[in-house]
Amino acid sequence: MSPRPLLKFVIVLIWAFILLFPMLGIEEGRFVWDRVLRVMAVITAAGMLVLIYHYLLKGLSFRPKIFDASTQFRPPRRLLIGLGVLGVLALPWIADNYGRDIAINVLIYVSLGLGLNIVVGLAGLLDLGYIAFYAVGAYTYALLNTNFGVPFWLALPVGCVISACVGAFIGYPTLKMRGDYLAIVTLGFGEIIRIVLNNWDKVTKGPNGILGIKAPGMFYPVVENGSVQFAHLYMKNLVWMYYLILAIALLIMLAVYRLNTSRIGRAWMAVREDETAAELTGIHTTRMKLYAYMLGAIFAGFAGAFFAAKVRYVNPSSFIFLESALVLCIVVLGGMGSIPGIIIGAAAIIVLPEMFRGLALYRMAAFGGAMTAMMVFRPEGLLPAKRKAQEVEMEREIAGIP
Amino acid sequence: MLSVEDIHTYYGHIHALKGISLAVKEKEIVCLIGSNGAGKSTTLMTVNGILHPKEGRIFFLGRDITMLPADKIAGLGITQVPEGRRILPRLSVEDNLEMGAFLVKDKKVIRRNRDEVYDLFPLLAKRRKQQGGTLSGGEQQMLAIGRALMSKPRLLLLDEPSLGLAPLIVEKIFAIIRQINASGTTIFLVEQNANMALSISTNAYVMESGRITLKGASKDLAEDEAIRKAYLGED
Amino acid sequence: MEVFFQQIINGLTLGSIYALIALGYTMVYGIIQLINFAHGEIFTAGGYIGVIVLSFMQARGVLETHPFLGLLLAFLLAMIYCAFLAVALETVAYRPLRRASRLSLLLSALGMSIFLSNGMMLSQGVYDKAYPHFFTSGGFEVGGVIVTSMQVFIIIGSVLLMIGLNLFVNRTRLGKAMRSTAQDRVMSAILGINANKTIVTTFVIGAALAAAAGVMVGLYYGSVRFDMGFIPGIKAFSAAVLGGIGNLTGAMLGGMIIGMVEIFAAGYLASEYKDVFAFIILILVLYFRPTGIMGEQVDDTRV
Repeated sequence: MSPRPLLKFVIVLIWAFILLFPMLGIEEGRFVWDRVLRVMAVITAAGMLVLIYHYLLKGLSFRPKIFDASTQFRPPRRLLIGLGVLGVLALPWIADNYGRDIAINVLIYVSLGLGLNIVVGLAGLLDLGYIAFYAVGAYTYALLNTNFGVPFWLALPVGCVISACVGAFIGYPTLKMRGDYLAIVTLGFGEIIRIVLNNWDKVTKGPNGILGIKAPGMFYPVVENGSVQFAHLYMKNLVWMYYLILAIALLIMLAVYRLNTSRIGRAWMAVREDETAAELTGIHTTRMKLYAYMLGAIFAGFAGAFFAAKVRYVNPSSFIFLESALVLCIVVLGGMGSIPGIIIGAAAIIVLPEMFRGLALYRMAAFGGAMTAMMVFRPEGLLPAKRKAQEVEMEREIAGIP
Repeated sequence: MLSVEDIHTYYGHIHALKGISLAVKEKEIVCLIGSNGAGKSTTLMTVNGILHPKEGRIFFLGRDITMLPADKIAGLGITQVPEGRRILPRLSVEDNLEMGAFLVKDKKVIRRNRDEVYDLFPLLAKRRKQQGGTLSGGEQQMLAIGRALMSKPRLLLLDEPSLGLAPLIVEKIFAIIRQINASGTTIFLVEQNANMALSISTNAYVMESGRITLKGASKDLAEDEAIRKAYLGED
Repeated sequence: MEVFFQQIINGLTLGSIYALIALGYTMVYGIIQLINFAHGEIFTAGGYIGVIVLSFMQARGVLETHPFLGLLLAFLLAMIYCAFLAVALETVAYRPLRRASRLSLLLSALGMSIFLSNGMMLSQGVYDKAYPHFFTSGGFEVGGVIVTSMQVFIIIGSVLLMIGLNLFVNRTRLGKAMRSTAQDRVMSAILGINANKTIVTTFVIGAALAAAAGVMVGLYYGSVRFDMGFIPGIKAFSAAVLGGIGNLTGAMLGGMIIGMVEIFAAGYLASEYKDVFAFIILILVLYFRPTGIMGEQVDDTRV
């Protein structure tokens, strides 16, 4: 038994105390100990567990066996897919409204994640203001609907066109910039759009937001007096909403799937890997980047219009930077590029805070900590694309990490 | 002094060193020659701890340094003039030299070493306030060597000191290498310029795609038919 | 005209604060190419420690008798605390990701930013925490321009800190080692410079400067809040980029420009859009000078 982990443990405790004491233990000129001690107790307990794990399990050179897929019973692929499809289709009938709501949110974020993945994962452009396009889609529908009574189905393409234009507008001046400059500029654009929405009272009603947005409508045939007529229905309830966003998400998935293997998809990857080389092989790199932006924006616009139609109320606080960060987290957690990865990532990011709901106020803090932990323990994402995994390994070797 | 025993180093899945063994004795100049991509620089980077081998051991002064990090190995007295010189571009010549003596704590010793370097390369003294990145190739090579000497290393690793320099400057650099060795520093030299390398060194190794293919006294190797054909440009 | 000069003074004050925060961003970026999103929270933590120290002394009745000692302690303890915080962050959230993709590192920083701001909300409450009204009085008037003593204090304090940083980075062994590691980490390791130590040093210095800025903001505006780090954080990072990231002089200049733009936009154009103008300047400058005003000092590396 080496004393090193024990020493580390003591240092961690002292360090934690230094950081916690001033924030928790001083009130009105007095030192109050109970809060500090309670938190320290939790940290000590957690540290003890790690220590026990270290000394007992590792000492016996026991390592948890890595899940070995080859020896596992594997049901036929088709059965699995069939069950999955059935589950997804049946979900709104099994779940209650709370469950449906979460499922809808997951699908919204799947759509957003797929869109951002085009920009970040495929074209390699770090966009920290992606939620702005979502906002544009949402406000486009909200404004068109409340001011001019434009129905959802008409507003949807309009919203996409406007999102694409905004994407091009934001994309154009930033194309020359490299990775991290792009990050801060897109973040800036995202904030600009939010600030404008927040302050342009005449049009956007500022922080109060826009109320009274209609849900998407649908005509359905009825037989009346022997003749077929069409009746109109607002798809207000969550079951309708679920199927609608499912359709949108599937459409986007199909588009992304096709794009991945298309000429343009390969061009994006070429731009990501080596811009100069891509240029030399005749790829119009600026145009490709612009396409990536616009397409990403279109998908976000889709999702945004749907969001406005679902909540039937929009206000600027739905489009803060944290949302952009969440979508980026989905993309990275999903392993940058794989569609199943993004679905899992979105599910994790949306469901995780719900699971922490029991923690009430501690929820966001726990979420932040979990985000860092996920990155530290799974830096390549939950389902890394295969090629990526090898790259990371190679980088490590070059850097001399055993 | 330095003994490398059967090391295997990988870049990702590329097996760059396939069992390299070599030895450098105190006060010697040993050279390692071979064509581009044979693994010469990788060998040096493995010795100085930037890369670590998957198999094999490296000993320096009887101590196992195989897995030590680079900065610890530097502390034991191994310094390198790396490929491409790697001058710190936005530090002045003087600061570059000072960084070379990072491990020397005594200010007086640093000053003395610096004066010695300036004696060796009077040109550097003239450029002392200039930024490293603005020097010419030859000047940068001098600075890189000078920087390495600042810590008074016991073993100096030189990676292609002649690369990209005019013949006259190459001559000068090699004269200085000889001078450094004469003052007691052991030198492990990696070169593509086999002619120069063999003329200056006592022992030599020849490397080809990750393996040592030939070794021996430099004099003998210089007369070897195969070597002359492959590396000295003779038909 | 008085208004104009008044704006200049206000802009200088705000700009000094942005510059102090921007230095931390630019140094960390220069050495590990990370946009340290948690830096804004370190700034906030500094502000909180300041108010905790000053309120404690006020409650004990020491502040009235020893105001300058109080000020000194507030700054000193805030800076030390934030240094500890930054070291913890670096070890827990950034060091394990040294070889991982830069996006993972970025998101790890983002996670810490969320964690810290919510942690401070939990421990210090959701509402503004007021600084003792002790230092807000005082000032003088020159030709209709009011300069408060707090403004003088902030400007002089920032300038002193920046001079100190400049001396450290250019004159000391450790400072030069820091620059050396930022320029070529592998070569620095060959020369015997321990990268982890210099990286930690960078974090410590950046955090101490941000902490000082936090206390200054608390004193200047009279209160601190758990989420006050976000917007100044983005603006300070913009300032760092504006000046040319990795470049210390650039960060100071960028901070001043962003501060001035914000104050002038708020004064002459529309105050609710002041944040927009800061970003528009950033975008314009980068469009015409993609490496920032002073030029950057990092190599071109991709996401």
